[in-house]
Amino acid sequence: MPVRCTSPIDPSLIPRLKAGDSVLLSGVVYTARDAAHARMINAIKTGKALPIDIRGQTIFYAGPTPAPPGRVSGAIGPTTSVRMDSFTPALLLRGLQAIIGKGDRGAEVIQAIRDSGAVYFTAPAGCAAYLSRCIQSVEVVAYEDLGTESIKRLTVCDLPLMVAVDYKGNDIYKLGPEAWLSGS
Amino acid sequence: MIRTIHADQIADCVAELCVKACTVLPEQVRSLLSEAQLREPYPPARESLTLVCENCKIAEQSQIPICQDTGVAVVLAEVGQDVHIEGGLLEEAVNRGVGRGYTDGYLRKSVVRDPLHRVNTGDNTPAALHVRLVAGDKIKLTVAPKGFGSENMSRLKMLTPADGLPGVKDFVLETVRLAGANPCPPVILGVGIGGTFEQVALLAKEALIELREGGHPDPAIDALEDELLEEINRMGIGPQGYGGLTTALAVRIKTAPTHIAGLPVAVNVGCHATRRAVGFV
Repeated sequence: MPVRCTSPIDPSLIPRLKAGDSVLLSGVVYTARDAAHARMINAIKTGKALPIDIRGQTIFYAGPTPAPPGRVSGAIGPTTSVRMDSFTPALLLRGLQAIIGKGDRGAEVIQAIRDSGAVYFTAPAGCAAYLSRCIQSVEVVAYEDLGTESIKRLTVCDLPLMVAVDYKGNDIYKLGPEAWLSGS
Repeated sequence: MIRTIHADQIADCVAELCVKACTVLPEQVRSLLSEAQLREPYPPARESLTLVCENCKIAEQSQIPICQDTGVAVVLAEVGQDVHIEGGLLEEAVNRGVGRGYTDGYLRKSVVRDPLHRVNTGDNTPAALHVRLVAGDKIKLTVAPKGFGSENMSRLKMLTPADGLPGVKDFVLETVRLAGANPCPPVILGVGIGGTFEQVALLAKEALIELREGGHPDPAIDALEDELLEEINRMGIGPQGYGGLTTALAVRIKTAPTHIAGLPVAVNVGCHATRRAVGFV
């Protein structure tokens, strides 16, 4: 049975989220991908404030298609997380609680997830029509000039996720294939 | 007899194909997915494949893109030699069609003008256009939107003749292993072998887009496709990379004559939503 979770995620819930667990996430998440990350990291390096307060928040690596008239959201889904690896530890250090993306993370990011008591979820990739139904509101909150890459505040309902890397560093991208290959 | 085609007809056709390709997965790919779903013995993997199939249905019914990465519009234009195009250049017509299709069709604009300055062009132009002159008085247009989750995992290597078939096999398998969960498995592979540096990349792209039905005419290549597919599906990566039998749906190979000193090989990795739409003008 999937675990129901609300974002921002209560830190006391983190130890209950184990790699491989199914989660239905509701609440507020912020989209940010390559270009938005580059700008946020640049802001950190130059001592400027981030355009959103990321403490306790969830970032979704996603750039949706435009919403057609009469719809809240266009197609939406996770992009490849590893491209954000060089930016992620700095954001975790500043209190980012959860990340949604797809694909495995480097050792440094996994260590940073453990150190900060965060969680990395994956959303089903290439299922963007399906996931668009989980979006209840979309509002651009920063870097509007980046188009699809702007930071958007989403309200989501029952977004189907899996815990990919838990607070102990267990990684579904290792454990899943191992479980299948060992026949368990 | 020369047949005259107006550039607007080309633009109209391309615009329509962009939207169709992004919302309706080819029947052939859908069959591969549903067959894999029936065959997949690992329950979490089967569940992933069920969701992927369900997503395709929703996309088609609601006219929402299958994937938010509606890609770079790769356009193959096979132009009959007996065609005269009036009213503008082919390339401009194709780009006009892409711009309109991506804008009016509410598709994502993912193209930046310059790879280093990285400012979005705003309408997903330009297309990655490949033109070939063929017999006849028609233009065949194939629009194959290519997402970069899978494109980024594609590789090319100039092997030497001594590397031979084992070298080719190792390179293909290594590409899939390195890609892992990133290209949205189950993947479809287009493999080019032979030609020159630039030809082999295009061979791989064509093999992926054409996704030949039925066996390869060369029995050795046909056997190689089967063998690679089998070996890839022993890796355990599985759908979404969560483990399972189905890491790849298909492997397609195209070959070309090459130099006595060379054995170029290219692998174009396609995701589970390897899209294309074909039209004629």
